[in-house]
Amino acid sequence: MKATYSASGQTLIFEENLCKGCDLCAHVCPKKILTLDKSRVNAKGYNPMTCFDIDKCIACGMCGIMCPDSVITVLKEEKAV
Amino acid sequence: MSKVVYEKSRGLTDVPMFYCPGCTHGIIHKLVAETLVELDVLEKTIAIAPVGCSVLAYEYFNCDCIQASHGRAPAVASGLKRTNPDKIVFTYQGDGDLAAIGTSEIVHSAHRGDNVTVIFVNNAIYGMTGGQMAPTTLTDMKTSTSPFGRGTASSGIPIKVSEMLSQLPSVAYIERVSTHDVAHVRAAKKAIKKAFTYQMEGRGFTMVELLSSCNIGYGVSPVESLSFIKDAMIPYYPLGIYKDVS
Ligand SMILES: Cc1ncc(C[n+]2csc(CCOP(=O)(O)OP(=O)(O)O)c2C)c(N)n1
Ligand code: SF4
Ligand code: SF4
Repeated sequence: MKATYSASGQTLIFEENLCKGCDLCAHVCPKKILTLDKSRVNAKGYNPMTCFDIDKCIACGMCGIMCPDSVITVLKEEKAV
Repeated sequence: MSKVVYEKSRGLTDVPMFYCPGCTHGIIHKLVAETLVELDVLEKTIAIAPVGCSVLAYEYFNCDCIQASHGRAPAVASGLKRTNPDKIVFTYQGDGDLAAIGTSEIVHSAHRGDNVTVIFVNNAIYGMTGGQMAPTTLTDMKTSTSPFGRGTASSGIPIKVSEMLSQLPSVAYIERVSTHDVAHVRAAKKAIKKAFTYQMEGRGFTMVELLSSCNIGYGVSPVESLSFIKDAMIPYYPLGIYKDVS
């Protein structure tokens, strides 16, 4: 299941059922906008990682780089020149 | 127009990885896969999986793969490269696989200067079998077979593989890198790319030692296991280039 968080300039897509709730992405995120959803479990039985403030995301990609399970896709809107 | 800042590499298959939550094996798999795609060699690469937690690496790398007996991956790599010199051949090995049962194979592959790449994942423990002491286990570190900490009187001091192999004249490139934060993960990828590039140029034996974590084996959280790499492992296993022929 894909969970998509989108703001005007940036999008995060989590492949939620692959998430193991390890917290590494939240740990390295410079904006501290990622948190485990303790109210839900995914197909693997883990609390899935979620984004609670996509407006603050700078689309740096660090969460994606650190996720061992390739859960996260990070997209950035390119400004038209 | 949206630009992809980060997405899963096509160098990996769609098979979900069976590693424990937060295991850095997953990060290292991604770095190797991304490198093979960026160097445009995925289609002509043969990976050799070890025995250890990464025994199923052949399920994850989107290239041809073979799984070798415990520690024997460098011998398999050597034979494969000799009979398929146009292929890119790499082994993926843990520290139990490479530095314990497979010590003979790795030493002689390096000494012959086999034109292969070794991805050496050092997590200072036997992960798969339940966190036993490895030759790389740190002094005083508690494991399931050293419950009072590794004693050097009985077990010796931890073996430094990169330092040791870099003494062999036929070795082209050895670097030790870490996976404990994003900057180091990026540097690790650069080292992996250099190793594969050297192999493509026919320079000889290349190895990247990646300091990795086994949070389950250490009995800490995934985030805490990154601090273990930084604060406990790096002081004993200094990062850096140990051999570079260029
Ligand atoms: C010949 C043989 N001896 C012992 C074993 C048991 N064994 C399986 S994995 C392993 C240790 C692997 O540790 P390491 O290489 O550090 O990899 P990790 O699991 O930590 O990634 C051992 C001793 C085996 N499978 N075959
Ligand atoms: S892209 Fe950067 S800022 Fe956005 S969630 Fe990921 S780590 Fe945080
Ligand atoms: S790093 Fe990946 S697996 Fe771990 S919590 Fe974040 S999204 Fe989930």
